[in-house]
Amino acid sequence: MTGAEILFFILAGLLVFSALMVVLQRDVVYCAMALVAALFLIAILFITLNAPMVGVLQVLVYAGAIMVLFLFVIMFLNPRVSEARPGRWWSLVVAMVLLLGGALAALTTNGDPPADPVATTELFGSPENLAQSLFSDFVLPFEIASVLLLVAMVGAVVLAKRER
Amino acid sequence: MVPLSHYLILGAVIFAIGVLGVLIRRNLIVLLMSIELMLNGVNLTFIAFSRFLGSTDGQVMVFFVMAVAAAEAVIGLAIIISVYRHRQTLDPQELQLLKW
Amino acid sequence: MVTAGETITTLDLLRWIPLIPLCAAAFNMFFGSNLGKASAGMLATSAVGASFLIALYVFLRLPAAGLFSDMLYTWIESGGFQVRLSFQVDALTSVMLLIVTGIGFLIHIYSLGYMAHDEDMARFFVYLNLFIFFMLVLVMADNLLVLFVGWEGVGLCSYLLIGFWYHDPNNVIAGNKAFIVNRIGDFGFVLGILLLLTELGRQGVWSLDFAELQKHVRLLSPQMITAITLLLLVGAAGKSAQLPLFVWLPDAMAGPTPVSALIHAATMVTAGGYMTARLHFLYALAPGTLEVIAWIGAATAFLAASIALVQNDIKKVLAYSTVSQLGYMFLAVGLGAFSVAIFHVFTHAFFKACLFLGAGSVIHALGGEQDMRKMGGLRSHMPTTYRTYVIAALAISGAPLTAGFFSKDLILWQAFSHGALGLWALGLLTAGMTAFYMFRQLFMVFHGELRAAEHVRGHLHESPPTMTLPLVVLSLGSIFSGWLGAPEYLWGSKWDRWLAPIFGAQTHHGSLESEILVTAATLALVGAAIYLAYLRHGRAVATMTQEAEPRAGAFYRLLLNKYYVDELYDRAVVRPFTASSAWLARVFDPLVIDGIANGIAGTARRASELWQGLQTGNVQHYLVGFLVGTLALLGYYIGQP
Repeated sequence: MTGAEILFFILAGLLVFSALMVVLQRDVVYCAMALVAALFLIAILFITLNAPMVGVLQVLVYAGAIMVLFLFVIMFLNPRVSEARPGRWWSLVVAMVLLLGGALAALTTNGDPPADPVATTELFGSPENLAQSLFSDFVLPFEIASVLLLVAMVGAVVLAKRER
Repeated sequence: MVPLSHYLILGAVIFAIGVLGVLIRRNLIVLLMSIELMLNGVNLTFIAFSRFLGSTDGQVMVFFVMAVAAAEAVIGLAIIISVYRHRQTLDPQELQLLKW
Repeated sequence: MVTAGETITTLDLLRWIPLIPLCAAAFNMFFGSNLGKASAGMLATSAVGASFLIALYVFLRLPAAGLFSDMLYTWIESGGFQVRLSFQVDALTSVMLLIVTGIGFLIHIYSLGYMAHDEDMARFFVYLNLFIFFMLVLVMADNLLVLFVGWEGVGLCSYLLIGFWYHDPNNVIAGNKAFIVNRIGDFGFVLGILLLLTELGRQGVWSLDFAELQKHVRLLSPQMITAITLLLLVGAAGKSAQLPLFVWLPDAMAGPTPVSALIHAATMVTAGGYMTARLHFLYALAPGTLEVIAWIGAATAFLAASIALVQNDIKKVLAYSTVSQLGYMFLAVGLGAFSVAIFHVFTHAFFKACLFLGAGSVIHALGGEQDMRKMGGLRSHMPTTYRTYVIAALAISGAPLTAGFFSKDLILWQAFSHGALGLWALGLLTAGMTAFYMFRQLFMVFHGELRAAEHVRGHLHESPPTMTLPLVVLSLGSIFSGWLGAPEYLWGSKWDRWLAPIFGAQTHHGSLESEILVTAATLALVGAAIYLAYLRHGRAVATMTQEAEPRAGAFYRLLLNKYYVDELYDRAVVRPFTASSAWLARVFDPLVIDGIANGIAGTARRASELWQGLQTGNVQHYLVGFLVGTLALLGYYIGQP
């Protein structure tokens, strides 16, 4: 087992643990913290996969902005009521979800994935490369995404406004 | 070298855990967080493929996913605020106005 | 109809014969109330008068023209089958036209007086004109379908007129009865028409025109012809009140007397006979049916006359008398003597109309009284009515040189000379009974002591000229109309010669001596009957009530209650029918029909209730659905090799 593998397994284990915490913790703040951890771990994984730009973005945007927003709202609402117990058939749902996970795993590992990664340059996941792609092949989605963000902003303001 | 399949299985597992959260939890905020988990599982899969196929397309995809996820989280939270204001509850099972 | 070599002349004038009364009817219907009773009546009467004049013109011009025809438009066109609204006047139709318009005209005049005090007089004339219209369509039709239109139309008008005074529910019931019994006959009629059409069509001839039918009638097999004619007979029996569908006619007396005179004596009821005569070429090929017709006619004549012997209502006697005389008509048809049958229609129209109108005159004078036991001694108070009544009574009894003498004796002679002695005997006995009941009526009403109630006596008067004039005309007709059809040993039959183009020359078998003997026998019987009537009813009888119920024995009661035929029908037909209708309405409909409808609705509702459970409104439940679906899809893809 190489060092990379060991690292992977540690990260993977922690990640799965955090994810489970998100889903299983009763206190919503603990869930949020677990999610932050999970996102951070995923960012590390991204970096190990030669995607440094995306990894950084993950930390900045996801773990940074989005999670902060979550925490803001949690504290803003400050719900007193504790969460109700899961429904009657929860075990059945769990079983189905396990099945889902298994199915997805089986499906994606079917066939012959490339065992070794394709050789790449140093610049593979760098901002330059990403920008190159983004501003040439994907410029339209890029622009639309910005409009989307604008819309989201406006919508959020409208929806969350206090009614007078 | 970590084989691709490992990453893929990991992605699937994260996704599944996210699904579980969406279906089981009775707190709207945690619901939204589980959705973010699902998205991240997918992102992981994209990045893994991007690395192993030598194409930056995967990373670009993830870039967009993140943007959309941000927008969606914002709106989702705004809705949750609105719902809480009107119904004093964060339990999705209390919101049954569309019941037959 | 058209025989080879006859010319056909088109005459647009023909359509106006029925159309003028129709227009008058329509006009009176909408504006009658504006016109006022008297004017409405005058309009209607002149309309019929106009039709009569045109009919007369057509009659006079007929020999030169051969055949008159007037086509209005094509009514039905379907593949090779075509029905045109088209009129045709041949010798037979010309005679019927004169009867309908002529006697119709006289009765219209009579009605001006009779209905003068009735509020609804305008409506009466609308219906009367409408009737004339339909009757004319019937006799002038050149194909079976248009004839049927007229047939139905007169049935409708009969219903409307019988129930004219609709405020009395009994009148309405009588009208219903007439219409419904007629309907039963019509059902047979329609089946006959359809059978004829399809059978001929099978042979390639798709037509209901009389000319075409006559040309191709031999294409049909004898069995088919028998079947068709029997079905048509059902229709004729219904319309002409023969056994067993005669029950509506006595009840039809609920209508005003002019209606009884026109429709139920002179015209509508003869439609059956006319239809049969029109299709004589068909019946000639069905000897079996003819036999049936003859026996039905004779039996009807006999039975009806026997009922008339003991009736106490003045109009009922005449009603049964009409049924009886129609029986004679059918008897003649059954013997194949179509010309004679129509001749009897002709003469009967005169004297029966005269009798009915006379009865109406009496009823009118007595302020509505119809029971003969409360009449009597009217001879001196109503001389004109009395005299015309005597003439008509003599005519119907067959007194020498009156119309009835010629027409009825001809029928009896036909029976005798064909060797149908059973039929002849029935006819002879009926003639005797006819004489008896007619003179019984005459004596009861006009002779003897005045038995009318006190409050009526002051009211007694002879009818106004508008009523007595038609009576006089008709009585003259009752004598002289018969002279057209005299037997060979007198001066020969102009009638037969007129109708020869249609029916062929009427052969007379048998010797001259036997003919005279038969006539003599009839006269003897008739004379005896009249004398008997005189003995029983002619001499002054103070209290009629005791006399009128002699041996109140079973036989008498049987006759008085018209052999309980109506009760029989009620038991056998009406009650089971209403019972099943009631069952259908109360049990079948709510249980089965509603059950099915509600059951379907209920099933739909329960099915939807079943699926409603899926709509919990809970998002997480819906998402589980997503999950299940996704798993299924994934399973499918994994399962694929």
